[in-house]
Amino acid sequence: MDFLNALVALSNFVLIPAIAYGSQLALGALGVTLIYGILRFSNFAHGDTMAFGAMLAVLITWWFQSMGLSLGPLPTALLALPFAILGTMALMLITDRMIYRFYREQKAKPVILVIVSMGVMFIMNGLVRFIIGPADQKFSDGERFIISVREFKQMTGLREGLAIKTTQGITVVVAIVAVALLFWFLNRTRTGKSMRAYSDNEDLALLSGINPERVVMYTWLIVAALATTAGVLYGLDKSFKPFVYFQLLLPIFAAAIVGGLGSPLGAIAGGFVIAFSEVTITYAWKKVLKYMLPESLEPSGLVQLLSTDYKFAVSFVILIVVLLFKPTGLFKGKSV
Amino acid sequence: MKKLLMASAAGALLAGAASAEDIKIGVILGFTGPLESITPAMGDGAELAIKEVNDSGKLLNGASVTAVRADSTCIDAAAATAAAERLITSDGVKAIMGADCSGVTGAILQNVAVPNGVVMISPSATSPGLSHANNEDNGLFFRTAPSDARQGVVMTEILMEEGIKEVAVSYVNNDYGKGLADAFASAYEAAGGSITISAAHEDQKADYSAEVGALAAAGGERLVVAGYVDGGGSGIVRAAIDTGAFDTFHFPDGMVGDQLQANFGDEIEGSTGQFPGTDSPGAANYGKIVGDAFDSSGAFSPESYDAAALIMLAMQAAGSAESADFKEKVMEVANAPGEKIYPGELAKALDIIAGGGDVDYVGASAVELIGPGESAGNYRQIVIDGGEITTAKYR
Repeated sequence: MDFLNALVALSNFVLIPAIAYGSQLALGALGVTLIYGILRFSNFAHGDTMAFGAMLAVLITWWFQSMGLSLGPLPTALLALPFAILGTMALMLITDRMIYRFYREQKAKPVILVIVSMGVMFIMNGLVRFIIGPADQKFSDGERFIISVREFKQMTGLREGLAIKTTQGITVVVAIVAVALLFWFLNRTRTGKSMRAYSDNEDLALLSGINPERVVMYTWLIVAALATTAGVLYGLDKSFKPFVYFQLLLPIFAAAIVGGLGSPLGAIAGGFVIAFSEVTITYAWKKVLKYMLPESLEPSGLVQLLSTDYKFAVSFVILIVVLLFKPTGLFKGKSV
Repeated sequence: MKKLLMASAAGALLAGAASAEDIKIGVILGFTGPLESITPAMGDGAELAIKEVNDSGKLLNGASVTAVRADSTCIDAAAATAAAERLITSDGVKAIMGADCSGVTGAILQNVAVPNGVVMISPSATSPGLSHANNEDNGLFFRTAPSDARQGVVMTEILMEEGIKEVAVSYVNNDYGKGLADAFASAYEAAGGSITISAAHEDQKADYSAEVGALAAAGGERLVVAGYVDGGGSGIVRAAIDTGAFDTFHFPDGMVGDQLQANFGDEIEGSTGQFPGTDSPGAANYGKIVGDAFDSSGAFSPESYDAAALIMLAMQAAGSAESADFKEKVMEVANAPGEKIYPGELAKALDIIAGGGDVDYVGASAVELIGPGESAGNYRQIVIDGGEITTAKYR
C-alpha cells in the first residue's frame, strides 16, 4: 500500500508532467531539426512560429465558441487546429518567398540565415503582440481532467492523489500521431524520400532531378504543421502568452541539439531527456521516501539533490556533456 | 514672404518660451514584460495628475508639464538604465515617476538618478533593499508604495488570524520576490509559524512541474506565491492546482489583479492575499475622477497618481522645477501638518502652497511618508469568495 502511495506521488509530480512537457518539447524540436536538416540553419523564429500558430488557434477557437461549436469533453481548440495550421502554412510560405528565398539564391552561409531568422523572429514577435496583445489568453474548454486528484483518492482510497489532465492526455496522443505521420511521410512517400535525399546530399539530389523549391516548400509546410500543433498543445496545457513561447525556444534547441540536429528521432529523445532532467534531478524525494522507508529512517530534510533554481543548469550541463563526448548528439545528427 | 514667415515663427517660439516653462516628467514603467497588464493603468494614473495640474495652470506661474513615457521592462536592468539615461540626457526630464519593479528601480537609481541628481518617486517598488537608511540616495528617492518589510508583517498577521501555522513559499527569483520572501520569513517565524520550503522560481518559464514537485513534497497548509500574476506566479498556481498539491494560496501584491480572477476563479476559493490599498476617502475620489477612462482600482494605479502629484506639489513648494531644490520638499508636502489634499484637489493644493500655506497630501493611497521617504503602508486584505476577489478588511 505504501509502495503504491509512493508510486502515485512520483507519477503525479514527476512522471506525468515530465511526459507531457517532453512531448511538447519533442514536437517543437522536430520542427527545428527538420529546418536544420533540410534548409541547413537554426531557425530562431521557431518559438514565435509556434506562438503565431497558437494565436490563430485561439482566435478561431473563440469564433467557434461564439457560434456554439464544441467537441463535448474535448477542447474546441482541436477543431480549430487544422485551420490554424493552414494559416501558419500560408505565413511560412510568404516568409520563405519574401525573405529566405533571396538568401538561398545567394547561397548565403548558414550563419547569415541564422541572423535572418532572428530578424524574422522579432517581426513575428511583434505581429503576434499586435494582433492579440501581450497578455495571457485562456482558450481551453471541455473537461479539464481525465482523472482528478479527488476522484482518484475516492476510487482507490490511497492517501496520495493522481491527476491526469485532458490536455496532458491529448498532448501525448497527438504527439504520437504527429510523429507517426511524420515518419511515415519521410520514409514511405516520394516527397519524403526526396526530402531526405536533399538533406543527405544536396548536389546529388539536384542531379537526380529533385526540384529543390518543392522540397523547401514541403519542409515549411510540415514545419508549420508541427509548430502549430506544438504551440496549441502547449497553450492548452499551460496558457497562451506570447512571451513564454519565446522562452520555450531555449529548451527546444537544447532538446534538438542533445538528440542530434537533423535527426527526427533524436529530437524526440532530446525532448524527453531535457524534460525529465529538469523535473527529476531537482525533485524533493521526501514524500516518496516517507512511504518507502520504515519510520525510523524517515528523512527530516527535503532530500533534494539540487534546488529547483538549478533546473536549467541541469539541462545545459547535459547538453555540454553530450556535445563533449558525442558532438553530433545522441542520434548522430549533423555536428553543429 | 519667406522672411515674414520665419520671423513670425521665431516670434511664436519666443513668445511660447517666455510665457510658460515647459517641465518634463519621465514616466518609466514596465510597459512590456511581466507587469505589462497593470502598467497601463499606472501610467494613465500619473498622466491624469499631470493633466489636472496643467488644466489648473497654477504650477509655478503657469508652467505646463509634459509626461515622457519610457519602458523599464520590469526585469532588464540594462534596458531600464538606458531608457532612464535617455529620459534625462535627451528629453531633459526634471523628475522621474517610476520605476515599477524593485530590481530595475534600484538600477536606475544607482546608475542614472543619483549621478544626475534627479528625483525619483516609485509607485510600486517594494523591496526592503531600497530603504536607504544612510542617505545613499542623496535624498532623491521616494516611494508611494510601502516596503515589503511591512508587507511581510501584514501577511503574517493575516495568516496567523486564519490559524495557519505552516506554509510553503514560492518566490520569483528577483529583488522583489527575494526581498518579500525574506521579510515574510523573519516575521512569520518570529510569530511562531514554520516555513516548510522557500524556493525560487524563474519568471515567465515554460514549465513549473519541477518547482511544484518540490513544494508539494515539502507540504504545508497553504502556498504563499510571491510572484507576478502575468508571469511565473500564475504558472506555479496553475500547476499546483492541477496536481492537487495545494488547494488554497496566499497572494501578496504582485499576484492580486483581475488576471488572477480570470485565470483561476473559483479554483482558488478561500485563498487570501493583500495588496496596498486604503479605505480612505481618497480612493473613492480617485475612482470618481478617473471615471471610465481606465481601471482606477488596478494595482498601483492610485500610487502612480500620487507619485506624480507629489513631484509637482514639491516643485510648487520649492518654487523651482530643479530636483536639487525640490527634493527637500517632498516629505513636507506629503505629511502633516497642513490641509488634507485628496485626488481632484491638486489645483487647490497649488493655490495653498503658492499662498504660503502648508498641505498634507493624502491622495488616492493615503500617502504618509516615513523613514527614508517610503509609504507607511496601508493594505487591503482580500479573500477569494465565489470565484471573485473580495475585500475582507483594511489594515
